[in-house]
Amino acid sequence: MPQIAQLAETWSSQVFWLLVFFGITFFVIGKGMVPKVMNTVAERDGQIAADLAAAKAARDAADEQEEAWRVKENENRAAAQAIVAKAKDEAAAKSEKKLAAAQKRIDKKLADAETQIDEARTEALAEVESVAVEAAQDIVKTLAGVKVTKPVATKAVKEQMAHG
Amino acid sequence: MAAETAKVDPMKQFAIEPIAGTQGWEIAGFNIAFTNSAMWMLITTVVLFLFVLGGMKRELVPGRWQMMVETFTGFIDNMLEANIGKEGRKYVPYVFSLFMFILVANLIGLLPLGLVGVHPFTFTSHFTVTGVLAIISFSIVLIVGFWKHGLHFFSLFVPHGTPLPMVPVIAPIEFISFMVRPFSLALRLFVAMMAGHVLLKVLSSFVIDGTNAGAGFGALVGLPSFLLMIGISALEILVAGIQAYVFALLTSLYINDAEHLH
Repeated sequence: MPQIAQLAETWSSQVFWLLVFFGITFFVIGKGMVPKVMNTVAERDGQIAADLAAAKAARDAADEQEEAWRVKENENRAAAQAIVAKAKDEAAAKSEKKLAAAQKRIDKKLADAETQIDEARTEALAEVESVAVEAAQDIVKTLAGVKVTKPVATKAVKEQMAHG
Repeated sequence: MAAETAKVDPMKQFAIEPIAGTQGWEIAGFNIAFTNSAMWMLITTVVLFLFVLGGMKRELVPGRWQMMVETFTGFIDNMLEANIGKEGRKYVPYVFSLFMFILVANLIGLLPLGLVGVHPFTFTSHFTVTGVLAIISFSIVLIVGFWKHGLHFFSLFVPHGTPLPMVPVIAPIEFISFMVRPFSLALRLFVAMMAGHVLLKVLSSFVIDGTNAGAGFGALVGLPSFLLMIGISALEILVAGIQAYVFALLTSLYINDAEHLH
């Protein structure tokens, strides 16, 4: 086993060169380079954390604005609906009024017309009566030679007409 | 190869050889020859340096390489945070260096570079090396422990809720288990790496010797051994990662003891 067989002659060289090269490794690589590598990692982690925080803040702000927009939008919609409802109500009231006025006019016209018809009928009836009276007088005069006075004839005609 | 009697020495791969011209290098009488072991430590350091360098682009959106490096640093960071807590972050440079140094060394030692004539050397299969790493980890535990808690650090040897009469029994056991830690750290890595490499070399000697002994032996011994080698190579890659992880994990657990006592 050379490790033991050569121990006496080589241990000092082994220890010396190990200390030299491990020393270089420790001071140059371990002390000099590794902290820089780890700093880079730490910086990156910090950057990532900061970016994430910024992204979160931006998202929160966006959410807030969206919420504000939503509130405003709802308000606008409510206002618009109120306006529409008001306009509708107004229009309905107006048309109702117009309708009422038109109805009144029509009713009045109807009433007028009925009155006229009644009048006309009454007049006609009166005319028919007077014609009938005169006819009755003539008939009686011609047939019986009796001169009937007008009131008597009228009375008789009225009786006959009332009987149908 | 067929001419000489094919003999594969499974231990040859662990032999340390000075690279030409460095045999005489000394500091205060201690030999510091630049050996093949030191060479692979250098290679490990350079590979690790280039790997981490590729992750230094510092881009906000990482590429694959940067992602890979960040995965490793994040992995160590998480492990220390889970085991030690917030105080664990200051040990990231050390534990990262430890983990990656061992991991890269283990993996490079497994590369089949023998095919192109280079002999990879796994220096983590030497207890001299793993021992030094374990001692460094253990020293950190001791220094942090005494620095933070002073002599109160010795209360580590008396777990919470120990009945008073049991203290004289428990304390020595705790002390011994504490002192065994560097050895267990060092030996675990050394044994795992060495065993795997020896196993692969033994199997490869079966392949070579069996094939040299004739087609029949080649089919009967060489082929199954080769298939087994493929499987064990995969297992060894796993072990390379696990052992590096275990070393780093235990180090972080021990540091946790030093930071928080029990």
